[in-house]
Amino acid sequence: MEDATKKFSRRDIVKTLATVPVLGALGYGVLKKVDYQKQKVYNIADDLGLNLYDEPELITSKAGKTIRLGIIGAGGRGKYLMEAAGFAHPNTVKHWHDEFKRNKRDTRYGDYMAQDNLNIEIRGVCDLFDVHANDALLSASNGQKATEINDVASHVKRYRNYRDLLAASDIDAVIIATPDHWHAQMGIDAAKACKHIYIEKGLTRTAEEAFQLRKVVKETGVVFQLGHQGRQTASFNKAKQLIDKNILGKISLIEVCTNRNDPNGAWVYPIHPEANENTIDWQQFIEPTNKHAFSAERFFRWRCWWDYGTGLSGDLLTHEYDAINQVLQLGIPHSAVASGGIYYFKDGREVPDVFQAVFEYPERDLTFMYSASLANELYRGKVIMGHDATMKMENKLEIFPDNRSTQYRKQLDAGLISSQQAMITYEPGRNTLDGTTSATEQYFASRGLLYTHVQGKRVNTAHLHIKEWLECIRTNQQPSCDIDQAFEEAITAHMATIAYRENRKVYWDAEKEQII
Amino acid sequence: MKISHQLNASQLYALVLVRVLLGWYLLYEGLAKLLNPHWSSFGYLKSAQGIFSNTFHTLADNPQTLEIVNQLNIWGLMAIGCALILGIFGRFTSLAGVFLILLYYLAHPPLIHVNEVLMTNENTLWVDKNLIFIAILIVLYLFPTSRVIGIDRFICHKRP
Repeated sequence: MEDATKKFSRRDIVKTLATVPVLGALGYGVLKKVDYQKQKVYNIADDLGLNLYDEPELITSKAGKTIRLGIIGAGGRGKYLMEAAGFAHPNTVKHWHDEFKRNKRDTRYGDYMAQDNLNIEIRGVCDLFDVHANDALLSASNGQKATEINDVASHVKRYRNYRDLLAASDIDAVIIATPDHWHAQMGIDAAKACKHIYIEKGLTRTAEEAFQLRKVVKETGVVFQLGHQGRQTASFNKAKQLIDKNILGKISLIEVCTNRNDPNGAWVYPIHPEANENTIDWQQFIEPTNKHAFSAERFFRWRCWWDYGTGLSGDLLTHEYDAINQVLQLGIPHSAVASGGIYYFKDGREVPDVFQAVFEYPERDLTFMYSASLANELYRGKVIMGHDATMKMENKLEIFPDNRSTQYRKQLDAGLISSQQAMITYEPGRNTLDGTTSATEQYFASRGLLYTHVQGKRVNTAHLHIKEWLECIRTNQQPSCDIDQAFEEAITAHMATIAYRENRKVYWDAEKEQII
Repeated sequence: MKISHQLNASQLYALVLVRVLLGWYLLYEGLAKLLNPHWSSFGYLKSAQGIFSNTFHTLADNPQTLEIVNQLNIWGLMAIGCALILGIFGRFTSLAGVFLILLYYLAHPPLIHVNEVLMTNENTLWVDKNLIFIAILIVLYLFPTSRVIGIDRFICHKRP
């Protein structure tokens, strides 16, 4: 033993260092592998000179005078828009806060608190249902984002008729979030009263109304924004940049769709327990449309009837169309055919729950196709098909080269890209998780209609859309979804509705501006 | 110290081979993460399941703790891998390896109700690759071959 401790023989040295060469082998292998990966990683975006992650410009909307708003229609959508503008009901803020404490992945509270102050006041609220109106008064008074009802004193005026709200001198602009059958009349009256307008989609219930509304908005020059918040989605703006650079080659077919499979997604909304003839001004509700006896079902689920809504075409095709229109400036199609039926929700509704529409753009040499089911949730994205590549456009963009592409022939032949794999992917904020829950919310989120990312931060797109409108009011410009864009959306949707309801092919005479 | 007397030559070399191979595997795991600028333990922690899942989720939610976990993981893997190959501090290294891989095992235990398909292509029930690694490291702890073949031979010689 003593000998062993004293002498460290050559044999000892060999045994001590016997495994060192293994490290050398590993080092050699790693270097080889890194080299291989470097060769293999080919970034076509670099090759094409694309700067994918240039950040969108921030809209600043605080400067200038405080804009005084009126809210017309404070039901589901109106409530959502008020939240997006920074006016949530104290109970809602409290609920988000509690949910965040329970589940850290639920970021609604943090997102809401981080939302920019838009420098606005809500001065008036008009809703025909007392419960919604009273809730909205409290929301409109909660600019300080309190979580307790007792901390909020209502100081906002309720109007029982929107005409009185429009006559008020302390209101500069209105957000109209009523059912579709009221849009045109309210929009026209608002423009005539020189109030700036943010109005929900679909623009109008009928095609004639779209003409009338456009005429008055143009004559009065009020700042007009249609509520397609997808205009603010970073990936849609990026898609436009990429397509403008001809990344897809000649585009011949565009396919968009709607797939939802829950009652809420099919507009079967809950009927409020306090809804009755005393709490709802039914006569005013049906004023611009066909007469009908009081029906709480029709009041809350109005999207299911042609008297109030515009069906899948006006309600959900419009989202898809506007996203594509902002990217490709398609405009109004030359023709439309449509088909479908009430195949699942046999609940007395008039509008179809399965609906297809095909629009032709001969001048652009392309077809735009919409297909929808409210009874199946299969995920299908917006797909833009070009000769050289196909783009899948949602909150995330993916571009797949086409195997027969001319533009990418060299790269395809060299095996650098293949149609099996996206050659360009754009996904801002990919590491953030969302806390949205309901199926309908997930549907909208995946389609880039709930939130986007600005400089890595998750932001509500409706918030940005309202912000853009306010900025335009302050600088006297028209926003991204102005009356011309809105008109194109409305006519396109109405052409499909007419094609479906009259079971015929519908044409647009661009010169005479007529649907024939 | 008596390990060379307990084992015959082929038994000893077989154990050294196991030690070196496991070391290689762990060292490369660490290196690959180090060389990949996009790698983060975020997804692994965030998708953790089982009784400790909340702890792992909390680590992922905080950017500071996430960065610490990332660095500890990368350098821990590389240090343990390197030490196993070279045979440095054999018993301590084996225990450190058991600890680290036990964390992997606990973050994604292959339980009956857990959907394991998301993370790996393995089909597992209670026993997975991590648990087997842990067992191997326990064997290596009980048979510290580094004192015969490895740097520990020199260290033991210096400090008998």
